[in-house]
Amino acid sequence: MKRFLSFALAAALLLPLSARAEPADKWPSGPITNVCTYSVGSQTDVQARIGALPAEKYFGQPIVILNKAGAGGLTGWNWFMDHAGRDGMTMTVYNLPNFIAQSIVKKNAKYDIHKMEPLANFAADPVVLFVPKDSPFNSVSDLVEYAKANPGKVTLNGSGLFVGHHIALLLLQKETGAKLTYIPEKGGSDALQSILAGKVMGGFNNLSIAMRAPDKLKVLGIADLKRHEFMPDVPTFMEQGYKSLDDATTNFRGYALPAGTDKAIVDKAASKTYEMFNDPVVIENLKKTGVPYRILDRKAMLDIFAKREAILKELLKDYVEK
Amino acid sequence: MEQLLDYLPAVFTWSNFLVLACGSLGGLLFGAMPGLSPTMAVALLVPFTFYMPPVPSLLLLGAVYTSAVAGGSISAILLSIPGAPASIATLLDGYPMARKGRAQEALYTTFVSSLFGGVVGALALIFLTPPMSDFAMKFGPSELFWTTVFGITVIAGLSSGSMLKGLFGGTLGLLLGCIGESSVTGEGRFIFHEALTSGIAIVPALIGLFALPQIVEMMEDAHLIFEKIKVRAQRGLLARVIRQHARYKRSLFLGSLIGTVIGVIPGAGAQVAGLMAYDQVKKMDKHPERFGTGDPEGVCASECANNATVAPACIPLLTLSIPGSPTAAVLLGGLLIQGLLPGPELFTKNADITYPFIIGMFLAQFFMFGFGILVSRYTHMVSDIPNYIMFCSVMILCVFGSYCVQNSMEDVYIMFGLGALMLLFKKLDIPSAPIVLGIILGPLAEENFLRGRMIANTDVGMWQYFFTGAINQVLIGLCLLSLVYAAYNEIRFARRAKARLAHTAEEDHA
Repeated sequence: MKRFLSFALAAALLLPLSARAEPADKWPSGPITNVCTYSVGSQTDVQARIGALPAEKYFGQPIVILNKAGAGGLTGWNWFMDHAGRDGMTMTVYNLPNFIAQSIVKKNAKYDIHKMEPLANFAADPVVLFVPKDSPFNSVSDLVEYAKANPGKVTLNGSGLFVGHHIALLLLQKETGAKLTYIPEKGGSDALQSILAGKVMGGFNNLSIAMRAPDKLKVLGIADLKRHEFMPDVPTFMEQGYKSLDDATTNFRGYALPAGTDKAIVDKAASKTYEMFNDPVVIENLKKTGVPYRILDRKAMLDIFAKREAILKELLKDYVEK
Repeated sequence: MEQLLDYLPAVFTWSNFLVLACGSLGGLLFGAMPGLSPTMAVALLVPFTFYMPPVPSLLLLGAVYTSAVAGGSISAILLSIPGAPASIATLLDGYPMARKGRAQEALYTTFVSSLFGGVVGALALIFLTPPMSDFAMKFGPSELFWTTVFGITVIAGLSSGSMLKGLFGGTLGLLLGCIGESSVTGEGRFIFHEALTSGIAIVPALIGLFALPQIVEMMEDAHLIFEKIKVRAQRGLLARVIRQHARYKRSLFLGSLIGTVIGVIPGAGAQVAGLMAYDQVKKMDKHPERFGTGDPEGVCASECANNATVAPACIPLLTLSIPGSPTAAVLLGGLLIQGLLPGPELFTKNADITYPFIIGMFLAQFFMFGFGILVSRYTHMVSDIPNYIMFCSVMILCVFGSYCVQNSMEDVYIMFGLGALMLLFKKLDIPSAPIVLGIILGPLAEENFLRGRMIANTDVGMWQYFFTGAINQVLIGLCLLSLVYAAYNEIRFARRAKARLAHTAEEDHA
């Protein structure tokens, strides 16, 4: 008994030492929590859950999604910054460009790109511009010309303020000098309804939303570097001569850890997450749900984070909350 | 229609029935847990359907949706905790019934009425999908604004005899609904703490306003030892409840009509269909004062309406991929997982999945009914629990229910804050339902008004945008009618009370 006790004591003393020596070896020591800043059943939530399906195969532990919705993600990410330990046991699902735009505009946002360590990316949903099938506009330039002749008369909607859709509209306005009216809706479905009901003239929204009613919509342009395999006939904005609408507004989604986490843990988590997203189970299910998936590693995402922030800082400087 | 019959045999397999049974029972129990709304029930099940074939997985989601809506009334009736906004109106008469020892009758009424409403809704889904989806597509910001205003007029009618107090509560609710960032302009209002950025969440508010005062009331009576009320399963009760429904023709008709129409309109707040129906039935009744005191007809109107919203909410979902309710929005995820894109293809290329789903929605109503009645038989167990254990456990459920909506402790504080406020109001006879209605409908009305104004200013101007068009005008008419009728009722009520007072005074003299 005495021997056992002294052994246990010694082990207890040594454990923290060994843990300090190689934190990444022991990681993860239990189930990983992943904070999703949108409600249960939202697009981001469903996709994040698909991403975590084969977690045990790669981490030896499950990844549990914890939803903290509200204020377009602000509530959840602020909570994540305040409460997540820097031990790698709490991740979050990032959503670009939303979180970067918020970090620039909102004075109460406690996060920015330097406080998040991206691990890997699973989805890249580009922004498209669409109008109802019977609309007189057949190209982006039709719409822009009309807006120039009738300033402010063109109503376009999107899902909320300072999301990719809003930013795409601001970019188009800035490049052409046309004045457009942006109507923020609650979400993709609400935006689609207003357009189908003929209450607004068109909208910027995610490609996956436009895919839902292909027979009732005309997609005028896609804000990406090249055409998309889901709708190969739709030209990009760049092809139509609107150079500033590249993929800067694309909705990237993936996992991240808070900055301040041990570098070795971040690297291990990043490579495991990248492998996990490449698992056939994940790809298969993302494909089935019609998500434009794009698996990218940490290095690529760090680059994208920095580039997006630079563009958005310039574009949103008039909207920054004092 | 003939196509529908072709697919009928495909649904009638043992495995599908097992799925429907599991979904119905699970949905009932899930719905009965405070704070776990139908939306969450469906959302949490969607990942399980990744591995299931399309037909059973959609049957499962449909059955859970249907039963969770009905299950919410179990906690509303027995514990005075409305687990979701859909059960508010059920609580108004259901809980008083339970306090009088008629819990089982209230639950039987719930499930019989839910069955009726659910079947009407499912029939609308089967027969009226094309015209109703066209109808749903006529609703834009102005129409939605007037629909919510119509919902707000219900406030005036919800508190007969003390309209001013009801209006006070309603106004307070509207003010509370202003808290948070406006989703249209991005402006923050009354955000004293970060947790209020997206406003007051509805479920914690519901629990605080309805359940907390009841708990305190129970504590006040804790020293009294009541004579045990015998509430064993009574023989022939179900048959009696069903017979009674023959007398509730107006409630059943109005309930299922309002439920179906509100259900099909996206974003009009299907959550308050029960309250709207309750209010209309009350207004048309000869003795409106009996509502709110434990009258089964009140339960019937509310339950019939809220279950009638379920299947119609799938109409715009299936045809246009626009969900008619928040729960239907989650159901959309379930469809997409199966590679089913809503639209005309659903009824041609994927008809072998869509039609069984529609039939399943119809059958799910009966499964919900069967299991509901079965569960109701054991409610005496809840009624038999001594008061001092009861209020502790209900308190735990209140905290749990408020917490798990957004996994947030702040919501629990909001629940306690509003509960304390309501405790004070209860002493002043200010009802809680108008406050809740204000919190739910205020933001909807405001957002749609602001959106409408933005569009109107680019186009025809405010007056023409909000006041012309057939649907707008019909809705404005309904609002006016509802207001005038509430005022008329109030005057009639006051006169009657005066007459009664004079009468008793005379008797005292004699």
